[in-house]
Amino acid sequence: MNDKKKLVMIGNGMAGVRAIEEILKANPDMFDITIFGAERYPNYNRIMLSPVLAGDTTVEDIILNEEQWYTDNHITLHLGKRIKEIQRGYKQVIAEDGTKAKYDNLIIATGSNPFIIPIPGHDKEGVMAFRDIDDCDAMVEAAKKYKKAAVIGGGLLGLEAAKGLLNLGMEATVIHDQATLMNMQLDSIAGDMLRADLEKQGMLFKTSTLTTEVLGEKRVTGLKFKDGSNLDCDLLIMAVGIRPNMALAKDCGLFCNRGIVVNDYMQTVTDSSIYTVGECAEHRGIAYGLVAPLFEQAKVLAHMITGQGLKAYEGSVVSTKLKISGVDVFSAGDFMGTPGVDMIELMDKVGGVYKKIILEDDKIKGLVMFGDTADGPTFFQWMQDGKDVSEQRSTMLFSASGLGDSGHSGIDLAAEMADDTVVCGCNGVTKKDVVDSIVKGGLTTRKEITACTKAAGSCGGCAGLVDQLLASTLGTAFVESEHDPICACTDLNHEQVKEQIKTKKLTLVREIMSVLGWKGEGCQVCRPAINYYIGMMWPEDSQDDRSSRIANEKMHANIQKDGTFSVIPRIYGGETTPDELMKIATVAKKYNVPTVKITGGQRIDLLGVKKEDLAPMWKDLGMNCGYAYGKALRTVKTCVGSNWCRFGTQDSTSLGIHLEKELDRIWFPAKVKLAVSGCPRNCAEATIKDVGIVGVEGGWEISTGGNGGVHVVATELLCIVHTTQEVEEITKAYLQHYRETGRHNERSAPWQKRVGLESIKAIVVDDLNNRKALVARLHLYVAQQDTDPWAERVADAEKGYQQFSEYKQIVIPIEVELS
Amino acid sequence: MSNWIKVCQLDEIPPAQARTVKAGDVMIAVFRLTGDRVKAVENRCPHKHGPLAEGIISGDDILCPLHNWRIHLEDGQVAAPDKGCVKTYPTKIENGVVFLDF
Repeated sequence: MNDKKKLVMIGNGMAGVRAIEEILKANPDMFDITIFGAERYPNYNRIMLSPVLAGDTTVEDIILNEEQWYTDNHITLHLGKRIKEIQRGYKQVIAEDGTKAKYDNLIIATGSNPFIIPIPGHDKEGVMAFRDIDDCDAMVEAAKKYKKAAVIGGGLLGLEAAKGLLNLGMEATVIHDQATLMNMQLDSIAGDMLRADLEKQGMLFKTSTLTTEVLGEKRVTGLKFKDGSNLDCDLLIMAVGIRPNMALAKDCGLFCNRGIVVNDYMQTVTDSSIYTVGECAEHRGIAYGLVAPLFEQAKVLAHMITGQGLKAYEGSVVSTKLKISGVDVFSAGDFMGTPGVDMIELMDKVGGVYKKIILEDDKIKGLVMFGDTADGPTFFQWMQDGKDVSEQRSTMLFSASGLGDSGHSGIDLAAEMADDTVVCGCNGVTKKDVVDSIVKGGLTTRKEITACTKAAGSCGGCAGLVDQLLASTLGTAFVESEHDPICACTDLNHEQVKEQIKTKKLTLVREIMSVLGWKGEGCQVCRPAINYYIGMMWPEDSQDDRSSRIANEKMHANIQKDGTFSVIPRIYGGETTPDELMKIATVAKKYNVPTVKITGGQRIDLLGVKKEDLAPMWKDLGMNCGYAYGKALRTVKTCVGSNWCRFGTQDSTSLGIHLEKELDRIWFPAKVKLAVSGCPRNCAEATIKDVGIVGVEGGWEISTGGNGGVHVVATELLCIVHTTQEVEEITKAYLQHYRETGRHNERSAPWQKRVGLESIKAIVVDDLNNRKALVARLHLYVAQQDTDPWAERVADAEKGYQQFSEYKQIVIPIEVELS
Repeated sequence: MSNWIKVCQLDEIPPAQARTVKAGDVMIAVFRLTGDRVKAVENRCPHKHGPLAEGIISGDDILCPLHNWRIHLEDGQVAAPDKGCVKTYPTKIENGVVFLDF
């Protein structure tokens, strides 16, 4: 006897099927599931109907769950069967064709119906709504025979319908009862810009116009308006809104208001065995029409129905991010504002960009963006967080964050991109892969997407783009919060972990993971981070944990794609000698190094070295380790400076060599590169380094936080000083401040952006005592790093690798048959 | 039929780290996990042939040092979203000596 509970769902749309997916995820064996769908299609993405109408995609492409999915999950699917009655006493539902199904739990996911304005003539032939695939088909058919279409409703759906009809070769006039298009989402300026844009595309408008009658005999031939004027048309689309579809619920006595009223667990307030999700549900007075809140509801429903515990739905704050006929629009909160309200605006009529933010006490209350919506999700997050934006307000409309690829170009790249465009170049993940993971996989954060597709998992350069795809796909803002945990192994963020290491004086990686309740034994993200924090905070009382070092930092050599290593010795300041070059050449020959390469950091890379050869080679070289593999000081690039250059004003080479020697062997949150140029011509390219020093007449300019990598960032001027002693002191103080407050794997550029240049200036330049204290702490740390890692390993190798056994392989003298 | 071959003393593998073992033409990575359990797999990631022995151990998984593929050491299966598997070798420890079965 089958002891599974019976679960019946009425409705086969996005919210309902998402709830079923969540239930299967939570407990795949709990229910026998039966779904009734009135339409003849399996679950499809209703949001994508407009592109189908516009001919940009096909019905097949917007199907979210193929019929096979239902079969695979043992779901009984009744397509094209409309339920006519819920018999709560018998706990069963009956379809129009007589099919009956018993239930233990019922989910009503009947969605909504388009609202047809009951004006005279609304039932004539050629009058229709735009809601499902059948409507779509009917419009395509109509376009073949008729030429003049009218659309009542200047909201999103109406405009999309009109755009689709234009694409189908019809003349399309939008009739809207308000003066502003999309007045629920846009203010009058943005609405007018949108109108101008759409008019250019051939759309016609009649705004502030009420329709009073549909004209015609059998079929619609025209419209009559309140002002007495007429409009000829032979197809009329009503797109004035939706109404929750709650007839079934009402008939069986469930309490309904605007929708079917549910509690915070998505149970109907009348009958706890019946749940409701989606557009038909009214939660705390609101019936949501956007996808993201509905997906949230689906999660809560699944949690409750499978008895997983208490996860409540507390309502959603929604933002709207849309793309209408190629124009990006974003709005959230109270974007209208009242006269005299505090607001900032940016208006570029020619460029088609408009942004407006309503503020109250320097906190965002609402916003509208038109044309360039890249920062919309960020602003929305700030709005929800109640962030004080007094520091950002003067510049934020140009760019909130400089975040990701799109942050630079100021246009929403994400939505523009073709499906097969590679989003993540490191892992070859396309836009479609990411969007599928969001739509089909139900993911809502960048972390989940990275775990599922690997996008943004390597260099992270596409993180901003992935965030935008999330936002543009779900239609609601999702921004990685500053306070995210380090990784999936813990709920704590970097700052919390550092705080614990400091206050509890924890000095062992394993100890920290057990004291702080780590899930599992750590991973390649958290363990190296903890190891770094311990070493930085307790230089005298801690030991480096080599099992928490990534391969490169453990081996002190850079692992290459074929598993061999590269060896880069330090060449301080990029200045070498004939003897040193001959030594390198001799070693390269002796160990048959296949490739010798001059690096971008003014040194020499010996590539393709076997692991066993590392220690002997280091011994023969007798040079210091170049740390070319680690989160450490890489190079100090210098120009020849005043010693040789006819333009040189300062001796950049000597200063560079000195700094590199002083900062050798220090672990940082991420790699650090310096450069010293002897004059403002800046041949050492100092302005894209972590610290760039440029000689000027009578002094030096120190600028910081630059980066020449994934996202080019120019340095910002920290200060100008007169002596090399000051340069050394301030550079050391800056870097120690970065070591102490930077997050592991956070380069100085984003760190500087995060903590703010002004606060850094105050701490490392203006406050002399603090500067000296920082330098003293750095010196204390450096004092513990008294041996070169290569020399240490060479010494150990001569004792038969007692300490660093990873360099020596064990050889078993047998032949093994390969299977 | 089992063919247990002595590899090394357990102490020769540092805790939470690995040693590479060359047996004929085959390179094997032998890992020492928490609780002094030992696992062995071919030292070759199915992705781009990264040397697994140099990776970071995370629980009973190894993360390849080249592109962070996660491989379960018990059965050699690669964790999603990547796919693949590596050959595993049975291991045992007797009196502090590690054996592999070929």
